[in-house]
Amino acid sequence: MEVVISIAIGVLAGSGVWLLLRPRTFQVLLGLALLSYAVNLFIFATGSLSIRAEPIIVPGQPADLLHYTDPMPQALVLTAIVIGFATTALFLVVLLALRGLSGTDHVDGREEAR
Amino acid sequence: MNGPAANAVTHLIAAPILLPLLSAALMLLGGARWRPQKAVLNVISCLAGAGICTSLLVAVDTAGAARAAWVYLPSNWPVPFGIVLVLDRLSATMLVLTAFIGLAALLFALSRWQRAGVHFHSLFQLQLMGLNGAFLTGDVFNLFVFFEVMLVASYGLLLHGSGERRVHAGLHYIAVNLVASSLFLIGAAMLYGVAGTLSLADIARKLGQIPSADRGLLHAGVAVLGIAFIAKAAVWPLNFWLLPAYTAASPPAAALFAVMTKVGFYAVLRIWTLFFPTGSSGTFLFGADALIWIGLATLAFGTIGVWGAQRLDRVVAFSLIVSSGTLLAAAGFAVPELTGGALYYLVGSTLAASAFFLLVELLERSRRLGDDPALSEVPREGAPFMESTTGPALPPDANLDDEERALIGRAIPAGLVFLSLSFAVCALVTAGLPPFSGFLAKVVMLTALLHPRGLWGGSVSAELAAWTFLALLIISGLAAMIALVRLGIRYLWAPQGRPPPALRISECLPVGMLLTLCVGLVIGAGPALRFTSSAAETLLRPERYIDAVMSARPVPPPPARKAEP
Repeated sequence: MEVVISIAIGVLAGSGVWLLLRPRTFQVLLGLALLSYAVNLFIFATGSLSIRAEPIIVPGQPADLLHYTDPMPQALVLTAIVIGFATTALFLVVLLALRGLSGTDHVDGREEAR
Repeated sequence: MNGPAANAVTHLIAAPILLPLLSAALMLLGGARWRPQKAVLNVISCLAGAGICTSLLVAVDTAGAARAAWVYLPSNWPVPFGIVLVLDRLSATMLVLTAFIGLAALLFALSRWQRAGVHFHSLFQLQLMGLNGAFLTGDVFNLFVFFEVMLVASYGLLLHGSGERRVHAGLHYIAVNLVASSLFLIGAAMLYGVAGTLSLADIARKLGQIPSADRGLLHAGVAVLGIAFIAKAAVWPLNFWLLPAYTAASPPAAALFAVMTKVGFYAVLRIWTLFFPTGSSGTFLFGADALIWIGLATLAFGTIGVWGAQRLDRVVAFSLIVSSGTLLAAAGFAVPELTGGALYYLVGSTLAASAFFLLVELLERSRRLGDDPALSEVPREGAPFMESTTGPALPPDANLDDEERALIGRAIPAGLVFLSLSFAVCALVTAGLPPFSGFLAKVVMLTALLHPRGLWGGSVSAELAAWTFLALLIISGLAAMIALVRLGIRYLWAPQGRPPPALRISECLPVGMLLTLCVGLVIGAGPALRFTSSAAETLLRPERYIDAVMSARPVPPPPARKAEP
């Protein structure tokens, strides 16, 4: 499972960075979104991956990470998702504003000279 | 201090966050209406914030060196689990600086800029909340949350006034900061993975027990976190967003943004000194060389930029980069005297940069007026400094200039005098010339560099760094002086026959206030320097900070009252 998650994070982050470096604003937006997915998965994964473990300490079971999953990264990732969503939406608004003002979707507001 | 007074201070710690949050929420209820009422509320909130922050600073100062930090537990949970707000000398200094710059920027905005957008006042208060929260919080994740609050408000403020240039600069600024926030999250998650806690003091306490196999992970996490911070501190090579953003922003927003670069520096200083103190074994000053040399590169970059810039707002923006570089390099040496001088420099240079951003608008306006009077949109009414330069009829033997006008007895308009004097004070502080605080701060830093404890006779690279820093510090002052004298001649001296600038008292007041604070910093240099060096001592010996946080106990619940029979 660790390998699958690592590969997923790597692919997401790699595609995110590649899109981030593209000249079109929408590509940058998607890049930022993918990057934040990668980061969210990464945070989630720091709380030890386990199947069928609740983030609750059950009475009668020892309170270690073998028997329950760490609730902290889940709380963190929830906050990070909310904040990331809001800022990405804000970026989308600015993207549209720039498109309207400059008439092009290039990140610099004008096409490159050829 | 003990008893009820200390208790009051402890509770006041939450006020710099709650007050702006409350007033911003109230303002949002008004929607697009009630601008005058919002302005009044904003001013009241800023004044109250300045009062609270100053009283916190005074309380911290009067408590003496015995106490390093004040801790407030907002939700009354036991320490490593609940969130904490921590006030120490550094955060008190930053709070006061933010409060006064915020007040000045707001007063400046009241005369014109508040009308350029709907939610200016709410965004302004949220920005203050984010800044204050970042200075007060005691754990990594809340630092992230307050960074985001501050940044989201700053996106709005940067776009305030709209226009293609602002939107364009805003797009780049938002993209860069979103990536930096992602890095911040990665760093925070790695720290949590290694240390199992997010409280700064708790992480610092546990760092010694981390097995050497995990050390690499810890260092990588802190380095990723550091990259996120130095991108916000506008450190080379991650500072290319600063110039377009800060020069495009409306002047009140830019004045407030001058503090924002210092938040990045604050975070670096806080985390680095807590995690890798000079005494600890194994992790002794991890990354010190990197901090010093990155700081020096930033200093060099900013110096060249200041030297070459042809417009005043660009000079001011580059001077912020110079200031960031100086601070980072000075902090990297981890010598208390040097860090103390750097903190004093931080206060003075930030005040001067903010005043400069406000002044740029007034200067540019007088230039635009002079170049094309028909285009001037500045209303003449309510401009008390508008005075006529044409005096009474000349006596026949009067001393005349080239254009046959009287040379003696020609009134210099009061507005021009104000602009020139303010420009001179800002330039002297920025360039670090006597008698202002920039000079004193540089003297303190250079003295500390020349008499370092344990730095001389240390490694060759430390010595090389110290000499490079010394040279760059002096050269940066020279470059700022050359650039500012050149621009002063162009803006204030050379123009002939322009109508005097139309200034309002409400616009001059905030600039005057910031400059008075700069002068006050020189007059009170003794106490101020004592305070900043005490702050530096506390930073570089973090045991007392850690003890203060870890020994904070939640308030016990009140004893249950017996039910009345």
